[in-house]
Amino acid sequence: MEKILFLTHTDPDGALPRVAREVLGGAVQLSKDLGGAPLAVGLVGADVGAAADSVAGCGADAFLAVAGDDFGVSRYATDAAAAEALARKSEATLVVVPATSRFARAIPGVALRVEGRVDTHVTDVSVEDGKPQIERWYYRQRMVATLLREQRPWFILVDSGVFEPLEGVSGSASLESVPVDPPATRTQVVGIEAAAGEAQTIRPDAELLFVAGAGWTKKQADGQPHVPEAEQLILGFLEKSQASLGSSKSLVDQSGEGQTVLSFMSHMNQVGQTGSTPRHPKGLATCCHGEEPHVVGWRFIKERRAVNLDPGCGWAQGKADVLYVADAFEVMSNVNELLGQG
Amino acid sequence: MSAGFHIAVCGSLVPDPLQTLEPVDTPAGPGLKSEMMLPAVLDPWAAHALYEAAHLAKNTGDSKVWLVSLGPKARLQQLMMNIAQKVPFELVALDGPAGGFSDAYEVAAALAGAVEKIDGLDRPRLLLFGGRSSASRDAGVTLQMVGERLGITDQFLAVDKLTVQDDGSLRVLERVEGGVYQASVCEGPPAVLAWSTGELPEPPNNPQVGMQNMRAIMPALQQAQPAAVSAAGITYRNVEVPRQRRDTKIVKDVPAEEIAREIVEWLRS
Repeated sequence: MEKILFLTHTDPDGALPRVAREVLGGAVQLSKDLGGAPLAVGLVGADVGAAADSVAGCGADAFLAVAGDDFGVSRYATDAAAAEALARKSEATLVVVPATSRFARAIPGVALRVEGRVDTHVTDVSVEDGKPQIERWYYRQRMVATLLREQRPWFILVDSGVFEPLEGVSGSASLESVPVDPPATRTQVVGIEAAAGEAQTIRPDAELLFVAGAGWTKKQADGQPHVPEAEQLILGFLEKSQASLGSSKSLVDQSGEGQTVLSFMSHMNQVGQTGSTPRHPKGLATCCHGEEPHVVGWRFIKERRAVNLDPGCGWAQGKADVLYVADAFEVMSNVNELLGQG
Repeated sequence: MSAGFHIAVCGSLVPDPLQTLEPVDTPAGPGLKSEMMLPAVLDPWAAHALYEAAHLAKNTGDSKVWLVSLGPKARLQQLMMNIAQKVPFELVALDGPAGGFSDAYEVAAALAGAVEKIDGLDRPRLLLFGGRSSASRDAGVTLQMVGERLGITDQFLAVDKLTVQDDGSLRVLERVEGGVYQASVCEGPPAVLAWSTGELPEPPNNPQVGMQNMRAIMPALQQAQPAAVSAAGITYRNVEVPRQRRDTKIVKDVPAEEIAREIVEWLRS
C-alpha cells in the first residue's frame, strides 16, 4: 500500500501558505481514493506548532516536524536537509508538496538524494485502477498529459488553484520532532526586495489578472504616444480593483530596447512562454495582440475579456469570452471613474 | 586561486514558441509530430543564462563559459548556427533526445556526467547556470539534480540578478511569491543558478565571435557522446493538445461609457 507524506514549510509568521492548505486537501482526498492510505504531515519551519494545530483535524496519522531557526528561512541546503529527513522518517512512497518557490527549489535535489523521482507543476492528482496518477502540462501549457510512475518515492509538486483549501480542521496536533543537524551552508538570506519601482503590482491571490499589452505605449489617434496617461490609468485601475498586473513580452522587452516604457513594469509581470502562467478567476486584457504567448499565459484564467481596436485579433478570437472593440484609454478611464464611485 | 569563474551553462533546443505542436505516439513514448523538422531555438530561459554567463565572464578576468547541450547532433548543429554569433562559449555536446517527455532524472545524470568530464574545468570555481525551467518539459528540476550530483548545495532558482561583491561573495536575487525578490549572499562558487529572464537583452550577432566559436563547435559536435536518456518507469496514459475554443462575443460600435459599465458589472459579479 502507498504511504503519503504531505510536506510543506511554514510562512515566516508561522502559518501555512494558502497553497499548502489547498494541496493538503488534495493529499487527504488522495489518501481516501487509495483506500485509506496512511497520511503523514511533515512541516519545516522555525516554529511549526501553530501550523500543525491549524490542520490537526485533517485526518493525518502523524505530524512530523523539523523546526528551528536554521529552518525558518528559504535556503536550499537547510530546506533540502529537512525535507530529506522527513521523507526518510515517514517512509512515504508518495510525497505531495505545494509548489512554493521555496520547495520548488529544494525538492528536486531531495528526490535525487532518496533515489526517488519528481514531477512539478501538477494540475491534478487522481487514482485510476488503484494507482495514483497526475496531470501536468508540457511545452509551456501547450499540451497536457496524464501519467503515472513506477519509481518510489514519487515527489509530486502541485500548483496553486488546483484544490480547494482545507478549512475548519484546527485542533491540537501531536508533533513528533525529527532531529536534523543543520548542514554547513555558505549562503545567508539577507532580505526581501521589491522588483521595480514602488508599486506593488503582482498579487497572486487577486480575483482579476489585468494584462497590459504594448499598445499602451504606441501612438494613439492623435499621432502621439501617451505613456504617462497610460501609467496613470493602469495604476489607478490596479489600486481600485486590487487586480494583479500582467504584461505581454513585447511590452516588457521595450525596456531593453530603449523604447518608452511603463515605469512599474518588469519581466516579473510577464505572462506567456517566458513568463508566468498565473491562476486567477478572471482576466482582462487591454491593448494586447498576438496569439500563442497570450494563450499560454492565460491557460488557467477562467473568465476572459479583452479590449482592443482589432475585431479580428487572433489573441481574442476564440480565446476571450468577450472582445470589446474600443479605445482602451477611453474604456479604462470610464472604468476607473465608475470604480471610484463605489 | 584565480578570481575567474568557470561557468557551465546547461541548455538545449526547444521548438520555436510560435510553432503549432501536436503530440504523437512513438516506440519510445510520446513525441512531437515532425519533431526533427520543427524550427528550433535555444531554450529561452537557458538563453538568458548563457547571456548572463558571457557577461559575467567578460567582466571577470580568467573566466570561461561552456554550453552543455543535450540534443540530436544534427539539430544541435543547426542551433549553433543561430547562437554561435551571440557570445563566446565552448560547446559540450551530448547526442540524445531533446524532447520534453524524457525524464529529468536521466537528463540530469547525463548533464552532470558531461560537466564532470570537461577538460580544464576547475570545480571550486564552477558556477552551474541554466534556465529556471525548459520550454519543453517545463519542470524546473533538472539543474538542481545536476547540482546535487556535483555535490553543490548552494542553489538558487528563478534568478534575475547576480552581483559579485568586493569580497568575492555572490549576491543573488531570486523571484519568490508576490512579485518580489529574495536576496541571498553566497560566499562564492561553486553554486547553482537557474535563471529567469535576468537583466540583459539578447546580444546582437557578432560574426567574429561566431567564427571563433565555430572553430571549436564543429569538433565538439563530431565528438558528441551518445546519451541514452528516456522516460523509464513513466507511463503516459494520455497526451493531448487542449481543443477548447471559446465562443467570443464581439462588442463594437458601443460607447466607451457603456463598455465600462459592463466591465465593472462583470468585475463585481
